[in-house]
Amino acid sequence: MKVVVCIKQVPDTKGGVKFNPDGTLDRAAMMTIMNPDDKAGLEAALRLKDQYGAEVTVLTMGLPKAEDVLREAMAMGADKGVLVTDRVLGGADTWATSQTLAGALRNMEYDLIITGRQAIDGDTAQVGPQISEHLDIPVISYAQNLKIEGDSVIVERQFDDRYHVLKAKMPCLITALAELNEPRYMTPGGIFDACKAEITVWGRADLKDVEDSNLGLKGSPTQIAKASDKVRKGAGEKVNLDPAESVDYIVGKLKEKHVI
Amino acid sequence: MDFTLRKEHEMARALFKEFAEKEVKPLAQEVDETEVFPRGTVEKMAKNGFLGIPVPKEYGGQGCDPLTYVMCVEELSKVCGTTGVIVSAHTSLCCDPIMTFGTEEQKQKYLVLLAKGEKLGAFGLTEPGAGTDAQGQQTKAVLDGNEYVINGSKIFITNGKEADVYVIFAVTGMIEKRGRMMKEISAFIVEKGMPGFSFGTKEKKMGIRGSSTYELIFTDCRVPQENMLGKPGQGFKIAMHTLDGGRIGIAAQALGIAEGALDRTIAYTKERKQFGKSIAAQQNTQFQLADMATKVQAAQLLVYKAAMAKANQKEYGFEAAQAKLYAAETAMEVTTKAVQLHGGYGYTREYDVERMMRDAKITEIYEGTSEVQKMVISAALLK
Repeated sequence: MKVVVCIKQVPDTKGGVKFNPDGTLDRAAMMTIMNPDDKAGLEAALRLKDQYGAEVTVLTMGLPKAEDVLREAMAMGADKGVLVTDRVLGGADTWATSQTLAGALRNMEYDLIITGRQAIDGDTAQVGPQISEHLDIPVISYAQNLKIEGDSVIVERQFDDRYHVLKAKMPCLITALAELNEPRYMTPGGIFDACKAEITVWGRADLKDVEDSNLGLKGSPTQIAKASDKVRKGAGEKVNLDPAESVDYIVGKLKEKHVI
Repeated sequence: MDFTLRKEHEMARALFKEFAEKEVKPLAQEVDETEVFPRGTVEKMAKNGFLGIPVPKEYGGQGCDPLTYVMCVEELSKVCGTTGVIVSAHTSLCCDPIMTFGTEEQKQKYLVLLAKGEKLGAFGLTEPGAGTDAQGQQTKAVLDGNEYVINGSKIFITNGKEADVYVIFAVTGMIEKRGRMMKEISAFIVEKGMPGFSFGTKEKKMGIRGSSTYELIFTDCRVPQENMLGKPGQGFKIAMHTLDGGRIGIAAQALGIAEGALDRTIAYTKERKQFGKSIAAQQNTQFQLADMATKVQAAQLLVYKAAMAKANQKEYGFEAAQAKLYAAETAMEVTTKAVQLHGGYGYTREYDVERMMRDAKITEIYEGTSEVQKMVISAALLK
């Protein structure tokens, strides 16, 4: 059984957020971590490795320094790492990212592809399902539990106040929630092995069946007008009134500002 | 000369730091207060490979270098001195002598389980009358058939009652050396549960209160002959060699305690306001912090240098002694200043620096007092 886990190096929100002049994130200048949903996806794959002897490959697209997140995954137990990096891929939105990853995945063998539900930097939850469309395989999103049965995967999909149990024939794609599990730590020996391991590095030329027009900033339908860090708001105004008076006061304020 | 860490060491430090913050720090105060051995933490460390860091993979270890091991003890000790010494005693004092002096059979039987963390290790050299004077050993081992019969006791044994495998030293005879009759000391691997091996009283300590410090009692304890570690009479050499490595572990513990106290003091002095401004804005505080940080940095360089010496040199006793002497004295000084800068709050058990100051003191005493380190250092200078 072969599992490919798509992981993303995301800004560590503890380190502050920095932007490029074009409004995209200045990833090179920020502290980074493995995206939490992706880490849960990786842990799910590693449990399949422990249980069924699955071969686990981690795939990421990013700057050359995204190699670090692959080594971290390998120090946790992943067998191989593939980094897709090329200047022409920079500034990609979810469409261009999923096109890129699908282009890489067409070169790889897999029974199961696992992605995180969403990354904490973009919060779109689009890349996983888009990859499945490009590859024409089933997708089950928001997985909170999964098991393998023969050539199928049975997934508990989180849904509002309940969950659905879905079965899909492999190959298929699953998007994982951070609640799926408690990811394991790296091991010291795993770190030493991961640092010695060879990482496969692919550029634009290695992507299969992808048009240039679908890649990078130029291939991204989403254009960012402006991005900014959280703006601190003023202290506001506090009033102490009974409920009936409060309603009148708020309605008066909204009228005054022409909101209503 | 390059002081930048290699990628694997940076990653290992991040791992140990994350583990220490998530798994060890929340329990540190409780472990100190209740004096309960943190068995759950030890099991988690075993699962993550922390109990066999410098042991080769073929013997169940992680196959890393001494620097990685040192960083582990350092990061654990930043948040809990007890947890730091549990790993140090297990690794440096039990795994290391079996790895260095053990037969292939002994390594397969004991080292593999120790390195995987399925068994916990300890080391018994100190006796009521034999501390710094290790030659003053009274515990005896007499060969009877194919077993050694051990009688005597060991005190102040870290991981005492919690360990499974013990490296024990005992007198096996007398030999003539330079015209004087000397005790012939040999080393043995003793297992918990061997007939005649029991535990005495648990020590009530000033610091590292969660570490299980016990007296070991041997009453006609029968140990198979094949459990002798090294050759007959090699015990003193094994003990001294083991302590050279152990001192690097304790130096790392001291370094971690000092770093932990410094981190907390920086945070506290920025928050604490007196006379209308934070005490970090007072020049006295700034100068104290500058001194503390400089000494911590110097201690770290000495400890890392000793770890590198253990990896690359046959003899590293000099570097280990300097690292332990300086790191232990730094730990005591920095934690004392940390308590002072915390004022009355620092004297209460609400604040970690109170525990750290108590934990620091032992690093100047065990595995060779600061005075012994000075003897080792000066002997090398004057030989």
